[in-house]
Order: sequence, then C-alpha cells, then structure tokens
Amino acid sequence: MSLLRFRDETLGHGGRAVLSGVSLTLSPGERVVLLGRSGAGKSTLLAAMHDRLRAEMRVALVPQEHGLVPQLSAERNALMGRLDDHGAMHNLRTLIHPRAQDRAGAAAVLDELGLAAQAGQRVETLSGGQKQRVALARAFWRGGAVLIADEPVSALDETQGAQVLDRIAERFPTALVALHDVAQARAFATRIIGLARGRIVLDAAPGRIDNAAIAALYGG
Amino acid sequence: MRRSRRSMAAERLSRLHVAGGFCLAALACLPFADLGLAGVDPWDALARMGAGLLRPDFSAVEDIFRATALTVGFALAGVTIGGMAGLVLAPFYHLRAVRIPAIALRSVHELFWALFLIAAIGLGPMAGVLAIALPYAGIFAKVFAEQIEEADPRPAAWLGPRADALTRFLWTRAPLALRPMWSYWLYRFECGMRASAVLGFVGLPTLGFQLDAFFKVGNYGAVSAVMMVYVILIATIRLWMRPRLVPLWIAAAFALLATIPVPPMGQGAILRALNDMTPAPIRGGDWAGLIPWLGDRLGDEILPGLASTLVAGQIALALTGLIAFLAFGLVVREVAGRAGRAGADLVLILLRSFPEYMLAYLFLQVFGPSMLPAVLALALHNGAIIAHLTGREAAGVTRGLRADAPRGLTLWGWELVPRLFGPFLALCLYRWEIILRETAVMGLLGVATLGFYVDTAMQQLRLDRALVLLIACGLMTAGVDALSRAIRARLRSPARHDIKPDTC
Repeated sequence: MSLLRFRDETLGHGGRAVLSGVSLTLSPGERVVLLGRSGAGKSTLLAAMHDRLRAEMRVALVPQEHGLVPQLSAERNALMGRLDDHGAMHNLRTLIHPRAQDRAGAAAVLDELGLAAQAGQRVETLSGGQKQRVALARAFWRGGAVLIADEPVSALDETQGAQVLDRIAERFPTALVALHDVAQARAFATRIIGLARGRIVLDAAPGRIDNAAIAALYGG
Repeated sequence: MRRSRRSMAAERLSRLHVAGGFCLAALACLPFADLGLAGVDPWDALARMGAGLLRPDFSAVEDIFRATALTVGFALAGVTIGGMAGLVLAPFYHLRAVRIPAIALRSVHELFWALFLIAAIGLGPMAGVLAIALPYAGIFAKVFAEQIEEADPRPAAWLGPRADALTRFLWTRAPLALRPMWSYWLYRFECGMRASAVLGFVGLPTLGFQLDAFFKVGNYGAVSAVMMVYVILIATIRLWMRPRLVPLWIAAAFALLATIPVPPMGQGAILRALNDMTPAPIRGGDWAGLIPWLGDRLGDEILPGLASTLVAGQIALALTGLIAFLAFGLVVREVAGRAGRAGADLVLILLRSFPEYMLAYLFLQVFGPSMLPAVLALALHNGAIIAHLTGREAAGVTRGLRADAPRGLTLWGWELVPRLFGPFLALCLYRWEIILRETAVMGLLGVATLGFYVDTAMQQLRLDRALVLLIACGLMTAGVDALSRAIRARLRSPARHDIKPDTC
C-alpha cells in the first residue's frame, strides 16, 4: 500500500516547469528528506505532494515562510492548526477566549518546543527561530498522518534542530522534510531524495548514499 | 513593430505638455471668472481683522469650550459610526449591491449631506453625525476592503480550503489588516475634525458656528481665539487620541451629543422628505412633464453651475500647482536653510489645518463676495498640502544624494525638480477631483458654483431639485476622476515613484 505515487510527471507553478520526469512512491512510515541547492525544486515537490495528499488524509504543513499571523499570539497561531475541524462559531469563541482544554493542549505543544514563556506574545515580537517553532507548534497541534515541512529547522541551532527533528519523528508516522544540513538529514531520514538540474538524481536510504554523491548535488 | 512603438509614444503624454495644458486652460478661464473685489476695501477689512487677530479675546471661553467639545464630539461620533458601517461592508465590497451605494454615499460632500439631512430630519445632533458618518461609511468600506485584500495571503493559504469563510476572515485576514485600519481611521478622524468644524457654517453648534457668530458682530478678538483653539486642537490630535483612550472618548462624545436639544419632528418627517425628493411632475402624476422639467434643471441650474464650478476649479488647480511647485523646496533644509525651513513648515501647517471652506469664509470677509476668496482658499490649502507631501519626499531624496550635491536654489532646480516633477504632477491631478468637489461646495458662500444652486433649492425646500443637482455634482467628480486617472496612467514612467497622497 502506498500513500502517493508520481509517474514520470512534470511539476511546476504558474505554467513554468521546475521538475520533470518525477517518478516516486511514498509508503507509510517513511521519513523522506529532500536535499538539493536552493532553487532545485524542493519546495515545488513538497507543494505537489501536499496538494495530492491533503485530499485524502490529514496533513500538517510547515511552509518555508511560515504563514503565521504576526498580530496574533504564539498560542493563537498554534491553535490555528485545528480550525478546519470546527464551525465558524466555535472558532470565533476560540479567537476571543480559548477553551481551557485547547489552551492546555497548545501550551503543551509550545512547551515541547521551548516556547512556554512566549505563549502570550505576539508572533511579530518573536525572533526568527521562535517564529519557526511557532509554525512547528501549529503543525504539532494539528497532527495527522503526514507532516510536510520545508526547511523547518533552518533558523535553529544544531542541538535544537536535532531535538525538533526527533519530536517530528515521534509525532508523525510519515514525514516529508526539506533540509540543507546533510548530517541532520542522515540522522533523521529513512530515505533521501536528491534534486539537481530539474530532476530527481538520487533516491535511496541514507546508509546507501556516500558523501561524494551528496556533494555532487551541491557542486557544479 | 515600428508602428506599435509610435502608437505607444503617442499614448504617452509629456509631463510638460500636461502641465502647460492645464495652465493654458486656466488662463482661458480667467475672462469668465468673476475675480473682482466687489467694492470692498480689502486693506480696511484686513486692518480691522489684523488688529483683532493680534489680540485674541478669550472672554467667551464657555462658548468656545462647548463648541470645541462639540466639534470633537460630532467628528468622533460620525467617524465611529462611519467606520463601523465600513467595517461591516468591507468584506462584501466586491458585490455590486454594496459597491454602488458606497460610491454614491461618498460622492456627496459632508456639507451637502448636512443640508439635506437638516431639511429632512431637522437641525439636531443626528443630522450632524450622519452628515459625517454617511459619506465616511462609503470611504471606509472601500479603503478597508483594499486593506483586507492587500494583507499577506499566506496565513489564509495555510488554512486551506476546508475552513469556513468567517473563520478564514477573522483568523487570517482581520488581524493582519487591523493596524492599517486603525491608522486609516485616525487619519479619517483628522479629516472628520475639519468637516465637523465646517458643519458649523450650516448651523450645527461646532467651531464654525462660533466663528460665524463672532464675525457677524465684528468681535475679531474672539475670532482669533477660536482659530487658535482650532489649530491647537488639530495639531495635537495624535497626542490625545490614543488607542487606549478611544472607548472613553467615544462614550464621552455620545454623552455630549445627547445634551443637544433634538428638534421636534412631525410624524412621518422622513416619509415627507422622501416624497419631496421625488421630481415635482412625477408627484403630480405627470410623467410626460419629467423631460421638460429635467430640461429646465439642466438649463437653469446644472449647466450654469457646472460652468462656473469648472472655471473656478480650473483656475484654483493651476494656482495650487504654482504655489506647491514654488513652495515645496522651502521645506527642505538644504534648500531654504534651517530658519527658512522652519518658517515654511509653520505656514504650510497653518494653511493645511484650515479646511478650504473655512479659509474661503475668512477671505470672503476681506475681499467681499466673488470667486476670488474661493479660488484663493482652494489654491492655498491644496497648494500647502501638495508642497508638504512633495517636500517630505524631496527631503528624503536629498538625504540620498551624493556628498558634493549643490545646495539652495541650484539643488532645487537641478536635483529636486527633475526627480520630483512627475510625482508632483500626479499629486496635482489627484487633487483635481477634490478641488472640484470643494469648488462646488463653495457655492454655499454665495459664489454661483453648483453648491449655490443646491443651497437655493434646499432653502426653498425643493428637495427634488437639490437631489438632481447632487447627482450632477457626483457625475462631474466621477468624470473628472476618470479623466485624471487616464492622464496619470499615461504619464506614468517605467520607474514608478509615487507619493502617497495621505492627507485630507
């Protein structure tokens, strides 16, 4: 059984092809890391997979540019993860005064990401790394079968980044994550997909990929 | 290829040609404009006023204080109600059923609304509040809708298609637009303060009313006091209008307005007003008489009013441009020096804080009734606004210039004028519509522009005629707005450099 199957497909946005000849199958339980230079098409591939998957299952998304509401608190931004489970009136009440159980849930998620002290702060007053963790908190609160995350730890230091990736592995059975740190990728992934020159040039378990092959993704 | 390039060139307008064209049109209007002194000796009037103005007389302090409080009260109540109505309408602004009434609401000037409402529901607090709230609701609806539209779409995109529209709006649109909305509301409140003061000239108990009353008895010392209070009030708005204090101020405003006596309104006054607004021949059941009736309105009122509005407006526009062009360099320190800049700033602030109508009223006392007071007031007020905005931009440009840039007049002529002439011209064209709207309103002071005919019709309680004239007014400003947009679009150079026209 597979979650998703691409067969020799061309992917892009706005009528412009970014990736061509994309063939891949995603199985439940995989933790896939996308590697490649910036502009190689990682975000395009993630967006295509998100579109395909969310029609069929619950997906949590961490976009590269976060998509947070800067004027709302970290807690409210985290609570946004479950808005589409409820009707308008329920959500209105949550916006004005969240229920105790929602607050407790959001607090737990924020605490897990080291943001307990910032829960009530407006997101626009937070640092880059804190914003990134709020976007992760929103995805954690949402939960689901799959996490799709585009550079979710780029603004965190190495230790923090490794901890966050461990949490992702615990919370989501399947994950699709774009990263740029090769060591982090090797530690987290069960499968690495390398993108270069508008194609998939690498697709294997991390143990079967040598450093030279990965260096080739970023070189020349 | 060559053909298309040539036609592109033909569509592009030269800035100098446009500016020259407007100036020539103004010159051509001069012979038709009544700019005489109406047999008044302006020096005599000025001397008497000047003497009083130098000795402000605060003995009528109670009247002045109440008029000041009511000026704030009417402005605040009107802008609050207008803002709330606009907020409710904004999410639906893309619907024609909302957009067209909003356009109609804001196309009628506050003073015309006031005249209309006073005729319909009597001279009470409601008429004053609605005269501000109704046109502002139309403005707020449009601007809030734009601000919501311009908000970052990414949070809404994250929510995906399954969240309902209200949740999407409240969680991902409204929070993003709230801050620009607040700053626009504050800016509109400043406009509302000017409008509120001017409503006094048609009988509401605000500062304009006090000014008029003191002028009528020749108490120039008290006039001076009113004007000082007004300038200080406008200049300090941002100090006392704090977000936290807003609920308090609003409550106080409504409480204060409730102390104004409400005029006795007969049963069905509004129905009667609606009936009066129906064209006379239709009221009499004579549908065939409608066309000749409209023909009479066109020949007797609309065309003469329109002609003198356009004539006065054109001269005022050219003079506005001239004043702003010569004055904008004065607010740049590197051009005028420190002292020169401070003096220019002070004069421009004074001219900006007095609305056109109030300035025209003052000039009317000096020059006597003709087009002259109106034209001067329009040109000075709008010229000061454009000079201020262009000058602010010029100061920014100057900061970015090379270290060995020239100073003084050479800086103005060689560095600032070439860079800023385009945006300056765009601002003038943008103000064109506003100048014409205000020119029409000047008719209430006795100049034979459209407002004069509106006022006459209202005084005779011929609301049907007034309505037709207001529609003509709205069509005129809509036409000028379209023309101005078309010219601005063709003037636009590839390197866009616009000045935000954010002032009343």
